[in-house]
Amino acid sequence: MSKLQDLMGWIDHRLPVTVTFEKHMSKYYAPKNFNFWYFFGVFSMLMLANQILTGVWLTMSYTPTAEGAFASVEYIMRDVEMGWLIRYLHSTGATFFFIVVYMHMFRGLMYGSYQKPRELIWIFGMAIYLMLMAEAFMGYVLPWGQMSYWGAQVILSIFGALPVIGPDLVEWVRGDFLLSGITLNRFFALHVIALPLVIVALVILHILALHEVGSNNPDGVDIKKYKDENGAPLDGVPFHPYYTVHDLVGIVVFLFVFCFVLFFFPEGSGYVLEHANFEEANGLKTPEHIAPVWYFGAFYTILRAITFDVGPISSQLGGVIAMGGAIAILFALPWLDRSPVKSWRYKGLISRINLIIFAIFFVLLTWLGTKPASGLYQILGQIGTLIYFAWFITLPYISANEKTKPVPERVTG
Amino acid sequence: MSNDGVNNGRRSFLIATTAVGGGVGAVGIAIPFVKSWAPNEKAKAAGAPAKADISKIEPGAMITVAWRGKPVYVVSRTEETLGFLEGLAPELKDPDNADKGQQPAYADNIQRSRKPEIAVIEGVCTHLGCAPKFFPEVKPQSFQEDWKGGFFCPCHGSRFDLSGRVFNGSPAAKNLPVPPHSYLDENTLIIGVDEENS
Repeated sequence: MSKLQDLMGWIDHRLPVTVTFEKHMSKYYAPKNFNFWYFFGVFSMLMLANQILTGVWLTMSYTPTAEGAFASVEYIMRDVEMGWLIRYLHSTGATFFFIVVYMHMFRGLMYGSYQKPRELIWIFGMAIYLMLMAEAFMGYVLPWGQMSYWGAQVILSIFGALPVIGPDLVEWVRGDFLLSGITLNRFFALHVIALPLVIVALVILHILALHEVGSNNPDGVDIKKYKDENGAPLDGVPFHPYYTVHDLVGIVVFLFVFCFVLFFFPEGSGYVLEHANFEEANGLKTPEHIAPVWYFGAFYTILRAITFDVGPISSQLGGVIAMGGAIAILFALPWLDRSPVKSWRYKGLISRINLIIFAIFFVLLTWLGTKPASGLYQILGQIGTLIYFAWFITLPYISANEKTKPVPERVTG
Repeated sequence: MSNDGVNNGRRSFLIATTAVGGGVGAVGIAIPFVKSWAPNEKAKAAGAPAKADISKIEPGAMITVAWRGKPVYVVSRTEETLGFLEGLAPELKDPDNADKGQQPAYADNIQRSRKPEIAVIEGVCTHLGCAPKFFPEVKPQSFQEDWKGGFFCPCHGSRFDLSGRVFNGSPAAKNLPVPPHSYLDENTLIIGVDEENS
């Protein structure tokens, strides 16, 4: 045996490096029929790594105080060597992180990747999404611009609508009687330490749960049914080297798109960095138009769609309940879909059309969230909210009763 | 070790009491962390009263005074707009100050103020905390045809009259709060202090 093998053997007796690598990479069999949509999981990991790396570098020059935050961001942009690039990598990275996460979630919806036995994978994924929203919200407060301030003011006030505990809860979260440097300080701590730790832990759980049951595929076929004489699935290929190399190609293409926005549209016409945020926070003056960053748009529209009182529930509390419900109902998806087949390829026509309508309206709700809530926008937002919930509520009936196509024994194409 | 002669009842009891003891400890250690988030002494001390000179406010105009970091609107209302207050009642959610928490007792009147013409209102929308904008002119607005002057919140479209009372059809449910205020002399308003000449 060579010296290197000796060393590996020595380590393996003390730490299961080879066994772990085989379990999760070289002997982890992934279905061979992965398509375009299966890139977005690895893109999400790439964006997470980007956010952590650039985030650590940003903390080296950022000042988390109400007096210094805005100026320190300008200092990063103008005086710190390559500071502009690191900051744009972080801000553009946030937008792309959400794009790829939304695509990744839509992939799950199309191919039924949340269905039994992958419920926990979906739950962990949704928990990541929820934490990501909190992370992005707090991160957006840090530059301490007008939109940072007023966006946070509005989002925190949402919790003030909760009965009994609301006002005290908001004061406790803010740590002050109004949004102030105290709030900024704690959001900084949560954004750079607490939530990233939680997110990384959840990502590990997400992948461990995935590798326990194996990946789904566009056909929703269980590849473990047919194995060769060595016990390897006939329709599977080892993740390494097949998918590691395959994903690298995807990453190169993805980075082309990412860099195009990064270098040519770092503000993304106000979608990546909102214009109002180039003005320092002023607690006495609300900007003309307050809009959340685009990735919160759908839920913000749902919040604003409830403009009427329902019995004893005021419109304000109603909006909060609708928004909370819109996020909470996603967690229940594995139990709402009662279809005997996983992939939409073999579901009935109604299921397929419904999913497309749902996706279109989710995009519409997202866009409406960045627009003022009046006139046509308001009505569209209310219709979209109705359709959003209708999809989940009708899903158990449609999925359980519609005629499905026969699922092939082996994966196709 | 043999399990013979194990007293299972005693074992369960010990496990349960240990778990409860550990749970109490966990709650105990959480207290300082939770309490640490409450407004601190510095934040509490920052709530000093704010003074404003009202002699320079033109009739119909408004100044904004910062009190506890919040905008406080001081409006000098004209005879004309004061005359509208009574008639607006059917369009308002709470025209008669039924919610006593939104104004001090001395402002529990139709003008919601100590001096009828001077309105002192916190510029924090009761919906989600934006600062409503001042639209004093009696003229048709994009958000309301028969506008008689008041405040419009740019965030979610809540409308308030010149006394800070919320209109029907607004996402906000409560009137804008009237902060404690009093007058040191004819022209000096002090926000944050209830008693006159204090």
